[in-house]
Amino acid sequence: MDQAIDIEGAVKRYGTVTALHGVSLSIADNEFFTLLGPSGCGKTTLLRMIAGFEDITAGEIRLFGQNIARLEPNQRPVNTVFQQYALFPHMTVIENVGFGLKMKGFDATQRKARAGQMLEMVHLSDYADRRPSQLSGGQQQRVALARALAPEPKVLLLDEPLSALDLKLRQAMRVELKQLQEDTGITFIFVTHDQEEALTMSDRIAVMSSGRVQQIGTARDIYETPVNRFVADFIGETNLLEVTVSKADGDTAEVILPGGHHLICPAAGARLGQQHLSIRPERLRLAHGAGQLSATVQRVVYLGTDLHVMLVLEGGTQLVARLQNSRQLSAPEAGAHVFLDLDDGAARLLAD
Amino acid sequence: MAFPLLLPTWAMIGIFLLLPVILMAIYSFLTKEFRGGVVWEFSLAAYDQFFVNRGLFGDEPATLEWTYIGIFWRSIWQAIVATTICLLIGFPTAWFIATRAPTTRGVWLFLITIPYWVNLLIRTVSLKFLIRDNGPLNEFLMGLGVIDSPLPLVNTNLAVQLGLFYSYLPFMVLPIYAAVERYDFAYSEAAADLYASRWVIMREIIMPIVKPGIIAGCILVFVPSLGAFLAPDLLGGAKTFMIGSLIEEQFRGSLGNWPFGAAVSMILMSLVLMALLFYARSMAREGTR
Amino acid sequence: MKGVRHYPGFLSITLLCLVVLYGPLLVVTAYSFNGSTSITQWGGFSLRWYIDVFTGPEAPRFRSAAWNSLTIAIMAAISATMIATAAALAMMRAGRFRGKSLTFALINLPLMVPEIVTAVATLIFFSMIGLTTGYLTILLAHITFCIPFAYLPIAARLQGIDDSYEQAARDLYASRTQSFFLILLPLMAPGVISGFLLAFIISLDDFIITNFVKGAGMETLPTAIFGSVKLGIKPNIMAISTLMLGVSVLFVTLSYLINRKGRQSP
Repeated sequence: MDQAIDIEGAVKRYGTVTALHGVSLSIADNEFFTLLGPSGCGKTTLLRMIAGFEDITAGEIRLFGQNIARLEPNQRPVNTVFQQYALFPHMTVIENVGFGLKMKGFDATQRKARAGQMLEMVHLSDYADRRPSQLSGGQQQRVALARALAPEPKVLLLDEPLSALDLKLRQAMRVELKQLQEDTGITFIFVTHDQEEALTMSDRIAVMSSGRVQQIGTARDIYETPVNRFVADFIGETNLLEVTVSKADGDTAEVILPGGHHLICPAAGARLGQQHLSIRPERLRLAHGAGQLSATVQRVVYLGTDLHVMLVLEGGTQLVARLQNSRQLSAPEAGAHVFLDLDDGAARLLAD
Repeated sequence: MAFPLLLPTWAMIGIFLLLPVILMAIYSFLTKEFRGGVVWEFSLAAYDQFFVNRGLFGDEPATLEWTYIGIFWRSIWQAIVATTICLLIGFPTAWFIATRAPTTRGVWLFLITIPYWVNLLIRTVSLKFLIRDNGPLNEFLMGLGVIDSPLPLVNTNLAVQLGLFYSYLPFMVLPIYAAVERYDFAYSEAAADLYASRWVIMREIIMPIVKPGIIAGCILVFVPSLGAFLAPDLLGGAKTFMIGSLIEEQFRGSLGNWPFGAAVSMILMSLVLMALLFYARSMAREGTR
Repeated sequence: MKGVRHYPGFLSITLLCLVVLYGPLLVVTAYSFNGSTSITQWGGFSLRWYIDVFTGPEAPRFRSAAWNSLTIAIMAAISATMIATAAALAMMRAGRFRGKSLTFALINLPLMVPEIVTAVATLIFFSMIGLTTGYLTILLAHITFCIPFAYLPIAARLQGIDDSYEQAARDLYASRTQSFFLILLPLMAPGVISGFLLAFIISLDDFIITNFVKGAGMETLPTAIFGSVKLGIKPNIMAISTLMLGVSVLFVTLSYLINRKGRQSP
């Protein structure tokens, strides 16, 4: 079985600037795949390359085995939901949804039936004869989805489609999008800079930075076992510590923190000498009595569901712990001396 | 993709404007033919006639010829005065329009621009009709008893300046309007908060910020005023003879002097290019600030 | 204190501005309905000068001049609009290419060269290649100087249209041609129409260049009016002026309304 999308060594150069340095990745059929990264990381360029809006400098893009890298956009059986939707302002909603079908040569009755069906799917049947400008942002977004899905593309490309919506609507649409993907069985490739969006919806995520793919994996993979400093820092909050690896054998490694503390952590990616260590703030616990680390509380920030505790380890290293706000928890005071424990495997050595 | 789309533009403007301008430059160095036209023989006679005075019979020692430089100087002066009047009237008008509510702004702007779209010749003729010796304006003023005898307005510098002002005022208003519309009034409020008075704010804050619009407006009025033909020709007399009429005369009927007309045109064009360069440079300076 | 936007006296100056701009036009309009043969005395309301324009001794001259003006303006405006639309597409949509800034300068050249200089240069050019037919020379000159006037509103409009519309059309299986005619052209239509109207009025308005290149025996309305005015302002000139004024105001209003409607949609 061919993959839905197979990208091999995709390079994009604008004059002397290289936007993509040989990206390779495979996306399975029926997958919700997300390209995640900060602005300028090349994720949108990659998506627009799949759609055919950007020429490919070098490399191959295969869609179910067929090389599409040099086809015109209208010859590729993929459709795009644009960031600002790009709904044609001079056409009604139903004309917009039917446009792709019209171009593919469907007759008026077929178009009307299919477009009507698509509008029903996004709950906008009553708005068929309106102009896009008469719809709210959320409604325009649904029309854009219906328009892109109407010609039954093999792959749907979504370019930050939720970024123009307000927070509440954005959260509701995440669930709806995922549902839509499961119902239609179409492969979705979703571009976003919002990690929460990526984590909630995706089957797999490719984290990108400076024109390269840093890590590909499930939400859990990239959050729990980031391969490098960029991924650890970009996804969620983390404490990044510069440590010295003193021992690495078998499954575990021993590291020495700047203040002299010793910690045991999984050996994955360990090499002797200076290295970076990542500890998620929510994986730190206040210990009763003695613990693995000892620290002084600098400041406590109340965040509702959580408490943010800013700490200084002996030796001056700063650390943040995130404690769940519960009735039982007696919040530490600034200046207090505390002990910290961490879960097994919570401290992770990073490749770079 | 760009090439075939641009070909018609290149062809039209290249053949029917750029090439003619180059030809004109060449003509200014040719010998004149007496019934109009030229003889293809290199000559500096046109520029010599413009700058050098050798007396009535051409046998006196060469001195600087003042006739044509005088005409240029008068034209420049007229254009400067017209530009100044346009600025003094145009700035408050542009400001006033730009500070209206967005809904009424369009209507005001529309009112200011309509006259620009009316045929320039008709506007100039209308102005002449209004201000002539026994025209409606003088009759009105005499009827009011403000004056006893008609004001001799036509054929004066004032009439020409008024005509230029009337011709090109919208060119001043529009760019200033665009600049004021972009101006953030929070600057004025901040200045007022820091004890600046209304007119100090105008001088210290607003003027420097909207300066690009003002310079653009001044260039847009100055350049066409300099080469204007209709206003000086219809509203002025012999004493207000300007560059436009000087050039036109060289090509009228068989009495003209084509190389001289081409040379005067070249000198006018250089002046205009200098004004445009000044504009481009001051805009570049604004850009780097 | 009326806020930082208010400056005392600016309203009065604006009103003065309007009086100066409209005064002469209104006076001429009023006098065009004067029943008297003298332009100084008011002889009661009458349409006699309008009738004179169409049937009087000078009527044939004005009629053929008006015909020339109108046909030249229409042809020049259509040609200039098509040329400018193509140019705007290349300048706004073809990305960077060699000679782009040079092309930009070339498009704006007619605006930078003083009219009288254009007139001289064009006359020299046409007389040198031996083209002295009048109608054709005027038309060619008009197309050339109308191009930037048509270009400005078209390019401005095109710049305001995000290229994602064309990409969306291409994505939805439209060919390049389909995406131009079905999506881009309808979206840029207000700009194209403004450009056409602008070019039309500019061509109709031109006196100085036409006067230079027209050759003997050929007249457009402005040159005919100028010829008459040189002998003194007669009442029939005021009637013609008022008619042309009406045409201009009509066209500008149309262009204004189309633009406003266009701005509302996308």
